[in-house]
Amino acid sequence: MTVRGQLSVDAPPLRIDSILGDRSIRIIVCTGAGGVGKTTTAAAIALRAAEQGRRVCVLTIDPARRLAQAMGLTTLDNTPRAVEGITGAGSLDAMMLDMKRTFDEVVEAHSDPERAQAILANPFYQALSSSFAGTQEYMAMEKLGQLRTEADRDGTWDLIIVDTPPARNALDFLDAPARLGSFLDGRFIRVLTAPARGAGRGIGKIAVMGFGLFTGVLSKILGAQVLSDIGNFVAAIDTTFGGFRERADATYALLQDLGTSFVVVATPERDALREASYFVERLKADGMPLAGLVLNRVQVVTLTEMSGEEAIASADRLDDGDEIESLTAALLRLHAQRQQIASRQQHLAERFTAAHAGIPVTTVPALAEDVHDLQGLREVGQLLAEA
Amino acid sequence: MHTSPWTADPDYAETVTQTRWPGVALHVVSGKGGAGKTTIAAALALALAHDGKRTLLMEVEGRQGIAQLFDTAPLPYTERKVAVAPGGGEVWALPVDPHEALLDYLEIFYNLRRAGSVLKKIGAIDFATTIAPGLRDVLLTGKACELVRRIDKNAPDAYQAIVLDAPPTGRIAKFLNVNSEVSGIAKVGPIHKHAELVMSVIASPRTAVHLVTLLEEMPVQETVDGIEELRADGLPVGGIFVNMTRPAMLSADQLVQARAGTLPLDAIAAAAAAAGVRTDPALVAAALGLEAREHAARVDLETRERRRIDELDLPTFTLPMIPDGIDLGALYELALLLRSKGVR
Ligand SMILES: Nc1ncnc2c1ncn2[C@@H]1O[C@H](COP(=O)(O)OP(=O)(O)OP(=O)(O)O)[C@@H](O)[C@H]1O
Ligand SMILES: Nc1ncnc2c1ncn2[C@@H]1O[C@H](COP(=O)(O)OP(=O)(O)O)[C@@H](O)[C@H]1O
Ligand SMILES: [Mg+2]
Ligand SMILES: [Mg+2]
Repeated sequence: MTVRGQLSVDAPPLRIDSILGDRSIRIIVCTGAGGVGKTTTAAAIALRAAEQGRRVCVLTIDPARRLAQAMGLTTLDNTPRAVEGITGAGSLDAMMLDMKRTFDEVVEAHSDPERAQAILANPFYQALSSSFAGTQEYMAMEKLGQLRTEADRDGTWDLIIVDTPPARNALDFLDAPARLGSFLDGRFIRVLTAPARGAGRGIGKIAVMGFGLFTGVLSKILGAQVLSDIGNFVAAIDTTFGGFRERADATYALLQDLGTSFVVVATPERDALREASYFVERLKADGMPLAGLVLNRVQVVTLTEMSGEEAIASADRLDDGDEIESLTAALLRLHAQRQQIASRQQHLAERFTAAHAGIPVTTVPALAEDVHDLQGLREVGQLLAEA
Repeated sequence: MHTSPWTADPDYAETVTQTRWPGVALHVVSGKGGAGKTTIAAALALALAHDGKRTLLMEVEGRQGIAQLFDTAPLPYTERKVAVAPGGGEVWALPVDPHEALLDYLEIFYNLRRAGSVLKKIGAIDFATTIAPGLRDVLLTGKACELVRRIDKNAPDAYQAIVLDAPPTGRIAKFLNVNSEVSGIAKVGPIHKHAELVMSVIASPRTAVHLVTLLEEMPVQETVDGIEELRADGLPVGGIFVNMTRPAMLSADQLVQARAGTLPLDAIAAAAAAAGVRTDPALVAAALGLEAREHAARVDLETRERRRIDELDLPTFTLPMIPDGIDLGALYELALLLRSKGVR
């Protein structure tokens, strides 16, 4: 028998198709460490859902160039566009997040044109919207909130699939928006802008004592202009919309909704599985619904019944001088190498499932080539569904 | 082992003996996440420390990657010896923490360390070091440049080379180009001046930015894009480290047959039987044929990616996948390999 073997994981199967068939699930979030295949998985699930009849919108973040092209993501206008080539009754819209544009649109939607102009031109706002840590996560959440509102209002989509930004820490997706929100609403900003709003109000003792000292230090380091940019920014933004933190918390609540389902992606490697573990624990702690784990890029072995040791031992019995024998020996050694990789992956997968009993798992083999067309995504979708 | 194009050392032409990067004091190691930046940076620091030299390995992402790699307890923010190199050299390590670097900066330039605790309380330190990456980066790169200036000043505690385990390719140009990064926040003022000083070291022949990649499509694409970005910003590109390559398992002829599905399966089955395999030899041969075909597809992809790297026309260093993972012994092995390819 030559059954193509993958990892045998001691976990319930993750059945993607029953999730996609459940109309009460309206948001799927794909998350995990950088480079493990989040974007690929999100796109593959989206395509599969669409071809099973759902009306899907997929929000991708930093997709590989050729994958983006395959989905028709060539115009960067921060709006979902129909993907061509879908079969069946459903539909698929795809978009690529433009974080600066999303922020600009938030500003424009919440202030009159004149004030919006002033904010967009503010140097502090420009730094904030293009390079602050956490802005990408914040804007991904913001965009998700917008898409969901649009779906509810216009009935455009019945399923939104979200990819998450490439962070070294998968938890950033959950934590960064609130962190940035707290900072923007927080004491530091209030103190800096105190003169503009009546010094001392709600600031407390430290500020009263140290106000001169730290504004002095900061303007020394950054230059006085920076402080006044921040002050102007806060004054302008304050009257346009409520707290940043509040906005972040509202989207966070959406993620805790039962209509949301998280798919955690990892490769069978130590670091990626460690990130997946953190994430799984966090979801549990915050009562967020986890669909399961996708183990991506798993080594496949065709000749499962021959161990690596047996292959090496047999190869060693062959004569390297003979053409056929040396070919056979080379093939056996190649098999041994695959077995070695597979057994290391098996070991890592077992450690994960032992620590997280009961979490559904599906595996996707490492394909020989990168995934960059709809057919490739369909294949990955099929492999995902065969838990 | 076979003699085939696959067993030839692809860097053969690069095997030289003189100093590989004359005049370079700061080696910045970037690359795709997980490709081996930390590992290669450490091996490079070891290789450069051979024969009685002293090198410093710096990390800036607050992850204690150096401590993990050298299997020590978390390292404090001080220079500390972590390994000796063959011939009496030493590798020192410094995990740079942005909070500490900011307090240092306040002390050195303003004699203001005590203001730190007040600034911390109101979130100003957090702002400067975590939320506003431009400020954080100028502090981190500033530390690297301070170490380079030690060399220039012939200070007694100077190192011969500084190796920086840097942020990944997607962020490297921004990280190094601190000048334009802080300009969004601080157009004038001391931070701005400091950034200019930093740039005078980083965008100069004193620095080389190396990129670590794998023979896979996305890491190579990131490398190509990264080099373009670095060059556009006037940052000096050093070498490319192709990491975790696998040994050639089949000869060119064998690969042709594997790809085409024309391997002599009957003869292979007979040879397998003669070698004493316990499973049905015909099934063994068929399965080995399928595995070989997948392997050939993988080799094709690697060949394609290798060609794209060659087209970049930069010094390239190929390093093998170490089957049992990276420990101190493996680091020495990688360092020796780098030495044999002319890194010194
Ligand atoms: N030549 C090699 N052979 C075998 N394993 C390797 C090799 N190089 C690196 N590794 C392993 O690959 C993994 C990633 O390496 P490393 O941590 O150096 O990458 P990195 O680029 O610094 O990652 P990050 O982006 O997370 O900082 C580690 O487990 C490391 O031990
Ligand atoms: N199962 C797979 N087999 C082969 N290549 C894959 C597989 N899954 C993902 N890839 C490739 O890995 C790379 C990283 O995938 P991507 O989805 O962009 O990861 P992430 O979004 O997590 O950073 C891409 O080049 C993709 O084509
Ligand atoms: Mg991605
Ligand atoms: Mg690292």
